[in-house]
Amino acid sequence: MLREGKIRIPSGCAVSGIINRKGQVFSGIDIVDSIANMRERSNGLGGGFAAYGIYPEYRDCYAMHIFYDDIKAKEDTDYYINRNFEVNLSERIPVRKVKVIENQPIIWRYFLSPIPRRIEDVGGDEDEFMAQFVMQINAMIEGAFVASSGKNMGAFKGVGYPEDIGEFYRLDEYKAYLWTAHGRFPTNTPGWWGGAHPFTLLDWSVVHNGEISSYDTNRRFVEMYDYKCTLQTDTEVIIYLFDLLLRKIGLSLEEAVSVVAAPFWEDLDDLGPLKSRQLRNLRILYASALLNGPFSIILASGNGLMALNDRIKLRPLVAAEKDECLYVASEEAAIRAVAKDLDRVWAPRGGEAVVGLLEGKSDLLSASSSGRKIAGKCSGS
Amino acid sequence: MESRIDATGKHYKTLNQEIISGMNGGTTKLILDNVNGQRYIGDALEGNQEIIIHGVPGNDLAVFMNGLHITVYGNIQDGGANTMNEGTLVVHGSAGDTLGYGMRGGEIYIRDDVGYRAGIHMKEYGDDRPIIVIGGGAGNFLGEYMAGGLIILLNLEGRENCLGNYTGSGMHGGAIYVRGDIEKQRKKIKARIVPVQNAEAEELNHYIGRFSKYFDRNPGPVRPEEYFKIVGTGARPYKKLYVGV
Repeated sequence: MLREGKIRIPSGCAVSGIINRKGQVFSGIDIVDSIANMRERSNGLGGGFAAYGIYPEYRDCYAMHIFYDDIKAKEDTDYYINRNFEVNLSERIPVRKVKVIENQPIIWRYFLSPIPRRIEDVGGDEDEFMAQFVMQINAMIEGAFVASSGKNMGAFKGVGYPEDIGEFYRLDEYKAYLWTAHGRFPTNTPGWWGGAHPFTLLDWSVVHNGEISSYDTNRRFVEMYDYKCTLQTDTEVIIYLFDLLLRKIGLSLEEAVSVVAAPFWEDLDDLGPLKSRQLRNLRILYASALLNGPFSIILASGNGLMALNDRIKLRPLVAAEKDECLYVASEEAAIRAVAKDLDRVWAPRGGEAVVGLLEGKSDLLSASSSGRKIAGKCSGS
Repeated sequence: MESRIDATGKHYKTLNQEIISGMNGGTTKLILDNVNGQRYIGDALEGNQEIIIHGVPGNDLAVFMNGLHITVYGNIQDGGANTMNEGTLVVHGSAGDTLGYGMRGGEIYIRDDVGYRAGIHMKEYGDDRPIIVIGGGAGNFLGEYMAGGLIILLNLEGRENCLGNYTGSGMHGGAIYVRGDIEKQRKKIKARIVPVQNAEAEELNHYIGRFSKYFDRNPGPVRPEEYFKIVGTGARPYKKLYVGV
């Protein structure tokens, strides 16, 4: 084996996202071509995609994608699912044989309707019921891992280069209005199927290039609100933070961005007294939600996507528009690979969110989520 | 001798091998079409040849370059002219982040904007003095830890915020000349601001003249009062952050 200094692995993770803001669906070919253009950024230890709008025939069901290490894990999970849901369909996710993709788990999907009584048992909040259900499977059932669980969306991920993962999952046969993708170069944590991006909860998904140095601070913060971090990676906590800030606490997207990528204290004074005070308060109130360290992320929901850099832009991010499509990626070439002529290309500043929403939507938070559940609890603490 | 390579779908290793073969075969002007994301073009090459790139070259364009004249019709990505020693890079578009990282010589001309940290760790020694001329504006941390060389920011669109925050952080050598009004940007600058002297106009005119020739955009002869100059705060700008030294 070659030791340090004898081999160079020039990698750094890649992200890409495409949304058709008119909601027109398109196949997974473009997103695979886009992320494949940045192959040099990953090292074959993780690739994945999130797709929105792929299950119109089951749009009202929760589409649950689950990895199982063995049949025992599936049987345990099935028992638990059958107690809580009406199962509309349960099947293997169709895959193609790809030579370089190996050691895959059992990959299953379910289309589920929660049994109303079960939701009542936990207080009547369907989103919270789903979130807790998913985190309990991940935490309690050995060898079972929920890859995604939102409506009309799904995560397709695994160990391999992203273009091979796309081939494996037959993404050319799916049509979505919003796709995100990730090519992984694992830094501090192992490359395993569950650890590939995107990470999801409800219909949120996130892909991430970077490293969250504040992981433990953030983890302790979200754990106080009943989130369980079980996946051995910093990216997991990003999705829980956004779910907490947007769905449970009810901050606006702009406020949530100013919490996770807070402006520097010395820059606040330039923003006028009102804005400065608002941002100062948010930063004090949610200090433990600040994401410290280098990152570029794409957060997506059924309503659209948001791309964001850390405050001093230690990871790359480029955005572009062509007609009703918005593109974001780690490199401009990854966008040009699928849209050669663009109306506009720009480099977002650190901490400046790029937001692409479906026409008629005003927020990333999906309609099924009611939001502002514990605002009183937080502002009073 | 002129030759042409279609880069469509080519991996960077293949493309760069074809470039080297072309140069070894006596090509003096090499035109690359449909470049999209291929890295390391011009890597450590030396000589007086010319490369013309149509498209968006990948990261680390002109890395360790020891000569050559590269012209890009398109934007360039991150790490352009990383540790470049000699030669010229002309970009008809914008540059990504960390342009001219640790650059030690040669000249860069960017028609539009540069991203974060342009000129970071640029240095000079003896006759080796790197030059970056920027037509538009810059992202944060322009000239971060700059130890030598020259950055000229022309701000041809006259933007009030042509500089990003933390310009010149940790700067301890070289100079950044900025065309525009200092007052609104003073707070962003983390190094010393000094007026431009008449005697400095000649050197500025020399490089701005080249910029004008490449892009056909001319800000006119330098009038020192239209510019301000940023220089290092001392040999060790962060000395006060350390204890007992």
